[in-house]
Amino acid sequence: MTQTNTAPQQSLTQKLANPTRFMQLSGTLMPWLAGAAAALILYALYLAFFVAPEDYQQGQTVKIMFIHVPAAWLGMMGYALIAISSFGYLVFRHPLADVSAKAAAPLGAAFTFLALATGSLWGKPMWGTYWVWDARLTSMLILLFLYFGLMALRSAIDDEALAGKLCAVLGLVGVTILPIIKFSVDWWNTLHQPASVIRMDGPTIHPDLLWPLIVSALGFSLLFFALHMKGMRNEILRRRLRALTMAEVDRARGVSAPAAAE
Amino acid sequence: MIDLGPHAAFIWASYAIYALVLAGVIGWLVWDGARLKARLAALDARGVSRRSRAAAKES
Repeated sequence: MTQTNTAPQQSLTQKLANPTRFMQLSGTLMPWLAGAAAALILYALYLAFFVAPEDYQQGQTVKIMFIHVPAAWLGMMGYALIAISSFGYLVFRHPLADVSAKAAAPLGAAFTFLALATGSLWGKPMWGTYWVWDARLTSMLILLFLYFGLMALRSAIDDEALAGKLCAVLGLVGVTILPIIKFSVDWWNTLHQPASVIRMDGPTIHPDLLWPLIVSALGFSLLFFALHMKGMRNEILRRRLRALTMAEVDRARGVSAPAAAE
Repeated sequence: MIDLGPHAAFIWASYAIYALVLAGVIGWLVWDGARLKARLAALDARGVSRRSRAAAKES
């Protein structure tokens, strides 16, 4: 007679979504991700400053593109990650999805700010102004405010579960900004140039400038994932700390309550 | 020194802001993680751990 395994079967996502397993896996993976990110970023800097040629119109200011474009992509990717995590939290109610959404917000905000700041510094010598209220710049600014809104909303609510749910709803509603940012340069007449890398008919940038940009984007993407992993690990530790502190307080109350009653 | 032409200040300023912001984010994450680990270790030293909590629930 054969024995049957009665333990509930877990899917791969359920196994990976276990916080303890995530801590083990991320602890191993994070140093490799960070190391690969550092190596790629250093290589991208070498390509940007010593290999890439000047642009025939923009001259040396094209070097700003190697950090501006990855920042803009990662600012948007951060919000897409929040939206996916929010969906996972609202539908599957897994706390690790909420941890992911919370950890992605400050990172997305940082990269969105960097896209705006470097874009502004690129705009002054090329357009003659640091800022113009055109659709691409304004929609990126709204994305930054959405990040601030998510962080402010979470910090304003003490109940962690309620804060997670409300932030997940805002995260999903706010994702509508992403197609607006992407297509803003097509839908409206903007000072910002149209897409030149992610296009249906292929990139229009010369390969000598495209290659450093791709290396830079890969490097900063790996850095984003390493930082996101670190942020998630910190949040898991914070929740463990809070749970243990609450348990200790409850235990102390349980001990002191009869004494107080006596 | 690399010659970055007449707009060198804008290029250096862009890279400097990038380095500052990313160093700030990395520093904050590392500091936050170390602070949380230290607080968890302090609780553990006082006998408050996930195991003790699980044991308390079982008893």
